[in-house]
This record gives sequence, structure tokens and C-alpha cells, in this order.
Amino acid sequence: MKKQVSKLLLLLMSVAIISATISSCGVKDADVKTAVETALKANPDLQGIAVSVKDGIATLSGEVKDDAAKAAAEAALKGIKGLKSVTNSLTITPPPPAPVVEQPAVTADDPLAKSVVDAIKDNAGVKADVKDGVITLTGEIKKTDLPKLMQKLNALKPKKVENKLTIK
Amino acid sequence: MALQDKYKPLIDAATAAGASNLKVREQDGVLYVDGDVPSGAVKDQLWNEYDKIDPNYTSGDLVLNVNVSGAIDGGKLKVVTKSSNLNIRKGPGTDQPIVGKAAHDEIVTLVSKSSDQWWLIRSVDGEEGYAYAQYLEPAN
Repeated sequence: MKKQVSKLLLLLMSVAIISATISSCGVKDADVKTAVETALKANPDLQGIAVSVKDGIATLSGEVKDDAAKAAAEAALKGIKGLKSVTNSLTITPPPPAPVVEQPAVTADDPLAKSVVDAIKDNAGVKADVKDGVITLTGEIKKTDLPKLMQKLNALKPKKVENKLTIK
Repeated sequence: MALQDKYKPLIDAATAAGASNLKVREQDGVLYVDGDVPSGAVKDQLWNEYDKIDPNYTSGDLVLNVNVSGAIDGGKLKVVTKSSNLNIRKGPGTDQPIVGKAAHDEIVTLVSKSSDQWWLIRSVDGEEGYAYAQYLEPAN
């Protein structure tokens, strides 16, 4: 009976020693995580990165602006106590598309010339030439008829209208 | 930006008169102003404003394309010729034969918009054909 008790005692003691050894030389994952987050915070290019740590292995996820920032994130973690390795799962944010500048739609010459013929039909004294999207008006017109003619021509989406008409 | 300043009173007037889808862009020395206006009166007002800023529209630095909104298929249109009849043609083009006429101020029905320039309409007499859109605007 006495022998059994001492055996049990021995077992308990060894368990206590082993567990004490483990906890003293290992740093807790939570502490590693805090240290990693602090290190990343120092660099403005490394914001918004999610950190998880398990068994001393840190996983970084999220988006950074370029490869340099991705490498910098890893470099920033060198020397953190208890950090065994880094799994770098950071992705690079694609650059925003270049802003699209809307171009005014200009009608091609052939359809434009045809439409111009229709538009000036009611103005006998007016001649129109179309080149490179520009409508050039020559001849003469009554002032009262001018706005309507210009309205019709502007609605054809020309590049511009060169009005060289003589106004009567 | 200089052209936008030159034509600012026009653009302001368009906004004040309730123009919608107003687009103002400048390219290669020409200002492009597109938009929809609520009535033919507003359109005329804007063209008057344009004439005031650039008498007889001779500078060639503005393309003003404002159209009266609200023309829908099946809707009523008013013939806004100066005084004459509006030709109704077999196809979309002045080279097409005339199949009918609509009187000045007559109310016709919009069948469909064949293009920006030519609309398929039906007159009160039941004549159907293409008419020049710049002589038509939504009734009321």
C-alpha cells in the first residue's frame, strides 16, 4: 500500500515538473499575436491585416498595396519572441482602374453627311460640308431660320459646327 | 475651363429650367452640352441664351444638343414646324418619297423612334411614316 502511494506521488510530481517546463519555455499564442499586431501597426502600409497565431505560427491575411508591403510585413516580424514561422497569405490589392474620361460621341463623316443633307433641306441658301466631324456652313440664311437649323445640326452630334453663313 | 465660364449663364439657365441628364464636357476647344429639357419653350430659351453669348452661333466652340424629353412610343406629339406642313415619308431620309403630310400644330402619334433624327409617326388621317424629329415635340 505504501509503495503504491509513493508511486502515485512520483507520477504527480513528474507531471507537475513536465508541465512547468513546457509553460516556462513556450510563449503564449495570444502574446505572440499581440506582438505581431504591434509590429505591423508601426508601418502605415500594413494596416488592416488580420493576424492569427496557432502553436507559434502566425498567419497574415488581408490586402496590401504591393509586393514590397507584403515582404515588409514578414520582415517586420523578425525577432518576435515565440514566433516560429509566418504564413504570409496577404494578397495584393489590384490598382484602381484608370478613370474613364467620357469622350463626346462624334458621328462618322458618312452618316453625318447624309444627316446634314436632311437637316439643311429646308434652307435653300445654305451649303454644308462635312469633314472630320466638322460641319462647315456657307451661303446665307434668315436670322429667324438660323436657330432651327443650328438645333438640327447640333443634334447630329458633330465634332463642331463652323457657321460661316451670311445672316440676312 | 474657359468655355465653361463663357457658357455658364446657359448652363445655369438649363439647370434652373429643370434640364435633366445634363452633361457638360470640353474637348479640343469645343464645349459639348447634352441634356433633356422639359419643354420646347425651355429649348428655345436655351438657344436664345446661346445666341446672346455667341451672336449667330459663329464661334464654333459649343455643340448644344438639348432635346425635349417625354416622347414615348404611343404618345402624342405636336408638329412644331415654323408654319408649313411636315412631310411624312416612306423611310427615314429626305430622299424617301412623301407618303403624307401633317399640318403645323397638328397632334400626331409616335409609333417608334427609328433614330434620333427620324421618328415613325401616325397622323390623324391614319397616314404612317417617318418624320423629322426636330419638328416634333411631346404634346402637353
